[in-house]
Amino acid sequence: MTLSQRNRPRLPLAVAITLAAYLLLVVAFPVCNLLVPAGKGLHLSDYAVGLVGKILCYAMVAVALDLIWGFGGILSLGHGLFFALGGYAMGMYLMRSIGREGVYGSVLPDFMVFLDWKELPWYWRGTEHFLWALALVVLAPGLLAFVFGFFAFRSRIKGVYFAIITQALTYAFMLLFFRNATGFGGNNGFTDFKRILGFPLADPRTKMVLFVLTATALLAELALCRFIVESKLGRVLTAIRDEESRLRFCGYETTRYKVFVFTLSAVLCGIAGALYVPQVGIINPSEMSAASSIEIAIWVAAGGRGTLLGPLLGAVAVNGAKSFLTVAFPDAWLYALGLMFILITRYLPRGLASLLLRAPRAPRARIAHSPAVAPERSA
Amino acid sequence: MRLASVLASCLLLASAAASALTPDELHKLASAESAGKLVDQIDTIVARGDPADAAVLRGLLEGRLWALGDQVLLDEGGAVRDLVSGKVVAELPADAEKISINNRVRRSLERGLAALGLFAPGAPERLAAARSLQDSGDAEQLPLVARALAVEKDPQVKETLLSVQGALLLASPRASERLSAIEILLRDPTTRNRRLLVERVSPETDENVRHALAAGIQRIDRSLARAEVIGWVFGGLSLGSVLLLAALGLSITFGLMGVINMAHGELLMIGAYATYVVQTFFRAHLPGGLSFYLLAAAPIAFLAAAFAGMLLEIFVVRPLYGRPLETLLATWGASLLFIQIVRGIFGAQNVEVANPPWMSGGVKAMPGLVLPYNRLAIIAFAVAVLCIVWLLLERTRLGLLVRAVMQNRGIAGGLGVSTPWIDRLAFALGGGIAGLSGCALSQIGNVGPELGQGFIVDSFMVVVLGGVGQLAGTVIAAAGLGQVNKLLEPYAGAVLAKIAVLAFIIIFIQRRPQGLFAPRGRAAEEA
Repeated sequence: MTLSQRNRPRLPLAVAITLAAYLLLVVAFPVCNLLVPAGKGLHLSDYAVGLVGKILCYAMVAVALDLIWGFGGILSLGHGLFFALGGYAMGMYLMRSIGREGVYGSVLPDFMVFLDWKELPWYWRGTEHFLWALALVVLAPGLLAFVFGFFAFRSRIKGVYFAIITQALTYAFMLLFFRNATGFGGNNGFTDFKRILGFPLADPRTKMVLFVLTATALLAELALCRFIVESKLGRVLTAIRDEESRLRFCGYETTRYKVFVFTLSAVLCGIAGALYVPQVGIINPSEMSAASSIEIAIWVAAGGRGTLLGPLLGAVAVNGAKSFLTVAFPDAWLYALGLMFILITRYLPRGLASLLLRAPRAPRARIAHSPAVAPERSA
Repeated sequence: MRLASVLASCLLLASAAASALTPDELHKLASAESAGKLVDQIDTIVARGDPADAAVLRGLLEGRLWALGDQVLLDEGGAVRDLVSGKVVAELPADAEKISINNRVRRSLERGLAALGLFAPGAPERLAAARSLQDSGDAEQLPLVARALAVEKDPQVKETLLSVQGALLLASPRASERLSAIEILLRDPTTRNRRLLVERVSPETDENVRHALAAGIQRIDRSLARAEVIGWVFGGLSLGSVLLLAALGLSITFGLMGVINMAHGELLMIGAYATYVVQTFFRAHLPGGLSFYLLAAAPIAFLAAAFAGMLLEIFVVRPLYGRPLETLLATWGASLLFIQIVRGIFGAQNVEVANPPWMSGGVKAMPGLVLPYNRLAIIAFAVAVLCIVWLLLERTRLGLLVRAVMQNRGIAGGLGVSTPWIDRLAFALGGGIAGLSGCALSQIGNVGPELGQGFIVDSFMVVVLGGVGQLAGTVIAAAGLGQVNKLLEPYAGAVLAKIAVLAFIIIFIQRRPQGLFAPRGRAAEEA
C-alpha cells in the first residue's frame, strides 16, 4: 500500500481546504490589515500579520523537513542551518541596501566599520544586486546540502548517525558565524534593515506584500511536494524509508534519490529563510543552534510525518502555542515544549493529522506496523 | 634541616630585641656629620647582612628614630626603646630630636633593607627580597647575594637568588664573570633569563662572551619550546579526559540500545549540581570537613544521576524501543525538562562550586610550565573511572550480561537474560558515570543549568569517532580529539580548531562509518 494510494481518495477535500485557507490569507489579511481602520473590530494589527508571516515561514521549513524525514525516513538536524543560510543571503542584500544610512554613514555595514574593516570581503561582492542575492538564497544551502548529502549518503550514513552528523555540521557553522572575523556580524548578526528593492520595510504595505509572497511560496511548496510525493520519485523515496536494502538490491541507486531530495529540501528551507528575514528584521547565529533544528523536527512530528498538511499544522500549532505561552507564562514554555517532545513521540506518533483526518484504510491496529513508524533498527 | 633554620631565626629574633648594633655604630647613625657619612654607615651595616639590624634601619627610614644626648630612641609604636642601653621608656621624651634623612639616604636605606630581606627568617620574605633585587639590578649587592646563597636552604629562594646573581654578574666588567653569569642563568631557562641574555648581546664587546650568549639563547629557546610542547600535550590530555568523562556513559547506553540519549549532558549537569548541594551541606553543617566534601560528593553525584538516568529509561526510552529517531527527540524533550526543573530549583544563574584547598595551585614540572592540580586531578579521576567501568564490564556478571545483550539481544534474551532489566541497569550505570563526570567538571568550569548543552555535540563526536560501545575506541577518540584540538588552537584559535575537528570527523565518518574500532563478524551486519 503506497502512500499515494492511501491519500488519493481524500485529495479533493484536502486541496479544497488548503486553497480556501490560502485565499483567506491573501484576501482577508490585506483587507483587514490595510483597509479596515485601526480600532474597528475586524482590524488586524501589523504585529499579527508579522507573527502569522513568521509562522508561515516556519511552516515552509516544516514541510521541507517532512519531505526528507516523513517520506524519506532521513532525520536531518541541519535544517535550521539551511534556513539560516537562506536568511543570511537575503540579509546580505538587505544590509547592502541600507546604503549610507547606517549609524556610521559608511557604505560598509555598521559591524564592519565597527571592526575597522576598509572594504567588503570577497564573498560580499555582488550582493547589492537583488538577483544575485536570490541566487545565493538557493545556491548556498543547495550546494552545502548537495556536497554534504553526497558524501554522507555515499557512505551510507543513516538513522541516528545522520541526525548527529548534521547536528555537528550545524554546530560547526554556528561557531563559525559567531566569530566576528567570519564577516557576518558575529553574534549580533544582521539587523536594522531599511528597505527591500527600494520599498521601506517599515511600511505595512511592504510587509503585506512579503506576507502574501510567503503564503504563495508555501502553497507552491505544497504543490511541488505533492507532485514529488505522487510521482515515481516519491514512491522510490517512500521505499527508501521502508526497505532501503531491498530497493538497492533491485538496482536502484538510492544515493541519487536521497541526495536530490535532501538538496531540494535544503533549498526550500533557504527560501523560507529568505522570506523570514525581511519580515522579522533580524538574523543571527542562534538560528543555527541545535535547539532550533530539533524544534523543527517536533513541528513535523506533532503535525504528522508522512503527510504534507500535517507538518504545516504542526508548525502553526506549536509556534502559536509558543507565542502565546512565552508571553502568558514565560516559565511554562520550556516545560510544555519538553513534555510535547516526550508525549507526542510516545502517544501520538502519527501526529495531529491522525486525529483530524480519520485514516479510512489504516485502522488503529495497523498503525504500529505501518511503515512510517516501523522499527528502525536497521538505521 | 627546616627545624634548624626555624631555631636559627628564633635566635635572630631574640638578638633583634637586644639590638645587634654597637653603641658606637648607633651614635654614628644618630649624629652623622653628612649624608655621605650616614650612607657609608648604612652600607657597612647592610654589608654585615644581619637581619636584626633591619628594624633599626626601617625605623630610620620611617622617621621613628630619635636622638637624645647619648640615647638613641626607637619608637616601636606603643613603646619607646633606648637602643643603646636596651631600656624601654613608656613615652618619648619631649626634647628628643628626630633623626632626619634626605632622599639619598632614603634610597640607600631602601636598598639596604631589600638586601637585608635576603636574610629574613621567613622564606616568603626572602623570596620577595630576592625578586625586588632582581628588578633593581644593583651590582653592588653581589657579595650579599653570594653570602645569602651560601646559607640559603629553601630551593625556590635559592633558585631565584641564583638567577639574581646571574643577572647582576652579567653586568660585571670582567668577561670571565660574565661567562659564569651566563652559566648560572642557563640553569633556569625561563623567558625572563632569556630576555636578560638578549639584552646583553648588543652592548657585549668580548668575542667569547658573545658566542656564549648566542649559544645560551639557543639553549633557552630549545628548552622553552620543549616546555611549550609538553604544555600542549598536557592541555590535550586534560581536555581529552574531560571528553572521555563526558562520553563514557554515553558510549555504554548508545552501544547497548542503539539509542541516542540527548539528555546525557543534563545528567552531567545533575552530577555537578549534586556536588554543589553536598558542598552547601558541608558549609552549613560540617565546616571542618569542607576540604574533603568531594569525597562525599562523588558517590552522591553518581546516585543522583543514576536515578535520573533510570527514570529516563523507564518513562522515555523504554516506551519508544525500536524507534531510535523518536527516542532522540523524546530525550531532547527530557533534557529541556531537566534544565527547566534545575532552573526552577537553583535559579538560572551559575552556582559557585569551589575547589577544595588541596586542589588549588599547581606543580612546577619544568621551567616555564606549571601543571594545575585540578587538571591533574581530572586526568587521574578519568583514568580511575575508566578502570572502574572496564572492571565492571569485563569482570562482573552484570558486565557479562551487558556485553551479551550488546552483541545479540535476541539470543541473550532467549538464554534467559532479562534484557529490559539489563537496559535499565546499563542506563543507570551510564547516568551514574555521567554524574561522576559532572562532579569532576564542576571543579574546572562553571556550573549552570546549561552546563550539559556544551558537551552534547562533543561527546557524540567522541562516541561516533571511537565506534559505538567500544571502550578502547572511546578512550582513543577522546584522547585524540583532545590532542588535536589543543594542537590546532595556537595556530587557528579555539573556534576554528573546533570547526576543523568537526570537519575532520565528518570526513572520517565517510571512510569508516562504524568508527575507529568497527565491530567484526556478526555484530557488524546488524550495525
